[in-house]
Formats: sequence, structure tokens, C-alpha cells
Amino acid sequence: MKEFLEGSYAVAQAVKRCRPGVISAYPITPQTHIVEDLAQMVADKELDAEFVNVESEHSAASVVLGAEATGVRAFTATSSQGLLLMAEVVFNIAGMRLPVVMATANRAISAPINIWNDQQDVAAVRDAGWVLFFAENNQEAVDLHLMAYRLGEDPRVMLPVMVNMDGFILTHGMEVVDMPTQEEVDRFLPPYTTSYKLDVENPQTMGFLGDPDYYLEMRYMVEATHRDVLKIIPEISAEFKKVFGREAGGLVEGYRLEDAQQVFVAAGSVCGTVREAVDALRKDGKKVGLLKIMTYRPFPKDAILAALAGAREVAVIDKAISLGSAGPMYLDVSAALGTLGARCPKTSGFVLGLGGRDIPLKSIFETYEKLTGKQTDCTFIGLKPELLA
Amino acid sequence: MAQTETLFKPGHTACAGCGQAIAARLVVDAAGKNTIIANATGCLEVFSTKYPQSAWAVPWIHSLFENAAAVASGVESALRHLGKKDGINVIAQAGDGGTADIGLQALSGMFERGHDVLYVCYDNEAYMNTGIQRSGLTPMDSNTTTSPPGSASRGNPRPKKPMADIAAAHGIPYVATASVGYPQDVTRKVKKALSIKGPKYIHVHVPCPLGWRHGPGQTFAVAKLAVETGLFPLIEIENGVLKPHTIAQVKPVEEYLKLQGRFQHVLKDPEALKQVQAVADANIRKYNLKPAEA
Repeated sequence: MKEFLEGSYAVAQAVKRCRPGVISAYPITPQTHIVEDLAQMVADKELDAEFVNVESEHSAASVVLGAEATGVRAFTATSSQGLLLMAEVVFNIAGMRLPVVMATANRAISAPINIWNDQQDVAAVRDAGWVLFFAENNQEAVDLHLMAYRLGEDPRVMLPVMVNMDGFILTHGMEVVDMPTQEEVDRFLPPYTTSYKLDVENPQTMGFLGDPDYYLEMRYMVEATHRDVLKIIPEISAEFKKVFGREAGGLVEGYRLEDAQQVFVAAGSVCGTVREAVDALRKDGKKVGLLKIMTYRPFPKDAILAALAGAREVAVIDKAISLGSAGPMYLDVSAALGTLGARCPKTSGFVLGLGGRDIPLKSIFETYEKLTGKQTDCTFIGLKPELLA
Repeated sequence: MAQTETLFKPGHTACAGCGQAIAARLVVDAAGKNTIIANATGCLEVFSTKYPQSAWAVPWIHSLFENAAAVASGVESALRHLGKKDGINVIAQAGDGGTADIGLQALSGMFERGHDVLYVCYDNEAYMNTGIQRSGLTPMDSNTTTSPPGSASRGNPRPKKPMADIAAAHGIPYVATASVGYPQDVTRKVKKALSIKGPKYIHVHVPCPLGWRHGPGQTFAVAKLAVETGLFPLIEIENGVLKPHTIAQVKPVEEYLKLQGRFQHVLKDPEALKQVQAVADANIRKYNLKPAEA
């Protein structure tokens, strides 16, 4: 049913329909509405789950780790400093192959303290072993949570999945969302069953010490699974379409790429603005397009190469930065394109929107102008020169 | 119980005379097979679960150093959701560093939220797994690799953090200290704790021959002397009411210190010795460890 919903509330409704048994979270803006809504659902007995109010994000992640290891579907959500505080557990959850699902309301990192949106938080844990989804809008935020549980719990996968949604822009934004029914979700997402769990009838040890004789293979197996996930995501997306009648959670999505010579690459809500810029530039006769990254880990290299091989110039828009280097998505995309050798398009990296700086259409136009100029690894767009003087 | 029937199987790689290994076996055997254990990083985890071997015959999980209490909270919440909590014990266990230092916040949260979990601290009074560094439970004047005595130091400058009191201050129904020197007492306290619903805390004193520098055959003797001198008080705090185990014949601290390399400098320094004796005397007063006069 189509409803006009706040992003956080829509996500909470989606999570509820996934029937998690344990929810644990620690408050941090702008994630709070998601877990407040879930707490109310538990209080109203609309959702049969244990809601565990913890004393830190480190413990929130540890509680869902413990619950998932006991064979119960679990959910948590966080943002920014919270994600950094749980980083140790985030890596651990992936290494232990526990299919936790977490919503990350993407937000800037201190210092200076700043509660507004960018994607530096997820960039800091991109190497942890989680599948990383990025939502462009609230519909995707809803759909990707259903995808996340289905994918992570697939016996071929058994990995945690993070659904990234831009803080405030999506979490606090109202949009029309086609909310799936419980019956539909139940058809798409079966109850979680696993033999890999803490069970007094079948005692097993979880979280071994892996010495140099075993560690390399254990890490290799996580990496090998990520390669498989690139094939499994399109398969599960197809099943999603069968049940819900719409596409969800692919690897990448192209917009007006057919004959595009200049292509923007971006992830998350900024894609809406870029789409509008593409339309405007097309009206001026410019052959531009957008490649939206929906799955950032595993990194969909082949899908990106297939989409960008015909481009002359590529502009990667990062809402994050690896300080001292460049935008993290730029580094990934340019490394992938580099394997094309002589056919590699001129690829430039642009950093926009850090700490909630608005990204108006004119910033995308400016990016386009710079793209057609000299190649650049890390050009900031939207700086105020008067503050740097 | 014969060794073959234990839930903590032989073949692990603990040092000879390791007090923690003995205590861990006592705890899991007292708890029985319907038990799930969440273990912090530390010696116990390392010597009992080197892949692909495990000493544990009960479901057992290790995640990280500071989160055993939070992982156990998650396990217990999941069992409640499944309707399986009755009849299954959940135990979180860690060393002194994992409990009193890096894990204290998660432990406090577990107590405050009221999870039905028994938390066991195996206190060997320093970070033994990383090479005998000082923790918040290292005793006064002890020589560790990060609290060495020298011309400007007598060793560790502080007494032990009062973990049992800290646990009891959360208003949890059962807190006890125990010593591996008194194995039947450890077993009794674990069984008692598990008969009570809610958060429970047992703090077990476990000598470490390597870190304390005593012979591997002296583990029980050293453990008993810690109790008999008043340096490690045995107490229970049930619903806030203190029940001390009184010491029939209090011994001077030298008897305990002289068996251990980590205190040899104290024996040569009358001021340091006085300081350690003062800790024992204060414990005896604070916890009423002397039997009432006849």
C-alpha cells in the first residue's frame, strides 16, 4: 500500500515485517527514530521481539552478535561515532559469519562534531566484511532491508548486511513508500533457521583462535563468499520482483547511459540530484548519464566496467574522503577502470557534501565542468573560498 | 567427577598449575550441560579454543575482549525470545582485565538491565595473556611488567578495585567471591548463583604460576594463603546482605608474599610490607572476616 512516510518510520515498519527476535541499539542522531518506532511496536505487542536498551554501541553490536549466534534474527541501527565505536564488533560479526542486519543513518565524523549527513562513517568500516547496500530513497531503504535479511541468511552467504541511508535526507524525509504487506514479506523471507548456533542439544564452539595455520584460509573464505554474493544478489532481486512487483537491490543502476560520454558515479540520495542534473545537461545536448552504486561491498567491478566501458569521462562523487588520499569510492572505481588499459576513460574524483553541506544542482554542474577539464583525483566542490582565505 | 566426565576436556594448553583452568572446569561442571558460555578474550579463551580444537563440551562463544557481558545479554535475550530461557544457564566469563577494566561498562549494563546471566571473573591479578601487565585488580605493590619496582616505585601503587562491592552496588541478587583454593566452595557458589534468577556475579581468585612466580605445585597453597591473610576476602552478598567467611586463624601477609616472585621486593622493604599488611587489615575490618569473640 502506498503511504506518505518518514524514512525512519518506513524502515521500522519494514524491519517489523522481517520479524526480528532481538533488537538492540544505542541512541545517536539521526538514527534514533528507527529504534524509537521499533521500541513502540514492541511496547504495543505489535512486534514479538526483545528490545535491549544497551549502554553503548559496542554493546548494541555485541548483543545482536550474541542473539544471532543463538539462532535468532536480530537488528540494530547506528550512525557516525556509533558506527566507529562498534567498529571492532562490526569486523567481528562478519568474521564470525553472523547475518546481522544494521541500518546506518549516514552522518559525518568528528572533529568537528557534526550531526549532519555524509558517508564518512560507512567508509571507515568498508573493509569489515559486511555487504554494504546504499539506498537512494525511502522506498529503496525499505526494500533493501528485506533484501538484506534474505541475502545475509542465505546458507551460501552467512554474512552481515548494512543498509546505508543518508541521515536526515532520508531518515527524516517524508516520501511516498509502497509498504509491503506482512504476507508478501513472509513469502519472500522465510524464518531464520541455521545449525550454526549455540545449542545445548548440539554444543559447538564459536569464535575460535585462528593461528597462522588457519587464519589466511578463514579470511579467504569470507572474500570468496563476497565474490559469490555478486551473483546471488541479482538472483534474489529477481525473486524480490516476483513477490513485490518492483526491482530492488541490484548491484548498480544506470540512468541515461546508452550513449553517455560523461558519466557520474554516485551512491545514496545524491543520485536524485544527479539525475536531475543529467536531464538538464541532456537538454543542452550534453551526452551525460549516471551510474548509481547500490552495492558497494562486494564491489561490483564487472557491472561497473560493463556500464562505463563506453564512457569518455567518469566523475566519481564521494560524500566521504580518505584523508591524505581521495574519495574512497573514487579509489575503487578508478582501480576497476584502470584494468581496461588503453580503453580506460578519464576518471576524476570529487568530494561533495561533507558534514551536511547542501549539494544543489549547481554543484553537479560545476562537477561536470571540472570533469571535462584536467583529470583530478580529489577536487572539493562547494568550498567557500572566504573561509579558506 | 572423574576427569573424563568433565565438560571442560583435557588436552588444552594451559600452563601447569594454572588456577584459571581449574576454576573454569569447576564452574562449567557445577553448571552442567544445559549451559551456554560467552567467554572474553584472554588466557582461558586462547588455551581452550585454538582452531580446530576446543576443550568445551557445552555451547561456547568468544567474540572480543570487553564484550562477554553484552554477548551473554544477547544470548539470554535470544533464549527468552525462543521461550527457552528456563532450564538453560547463561554464563559470561572473563579475566580480571576483561572484567574490572575494559569490560566494566558492558558488565554494568548487563547488571542494570537485569539479564538472567551468571558472570564469572577469573582474577589472576594482571594481564597474563599479554605478558603480566598491571590491571585494575593487580594488588598493592605487586611487581608486574608495567608496574615494576624501582628507585621511585614499590610496584603497583594501588589496591585492588573492589569488584564485588561494585557488582553489589547494582542491587543484583547474588554476589560472591571464591578461591580456587577451596574447590567445593566454588562449586557450591556456582550452583547457588544459578538457582537464583537475574544477574549474578562470582569473582574467583586464581593463582597464575607464571605471572605470580610460584611453583606450579603451589597453586592451592598460594590461593589459600591469600584468603587466610585477609588479602582475598571470601564473602557472599545476597540481596545486599553481607555474609563473610570468617578466618579462623589470620596469618601475617609475609606467609603469602614469600611464596611469590612478584612480591620479593616487598619482603625487603619494611614500608612496603606495612602497606600490604594494611590492605589485609582493612579487608578484615571492612568485611568482618574475624570470627566473633567467644
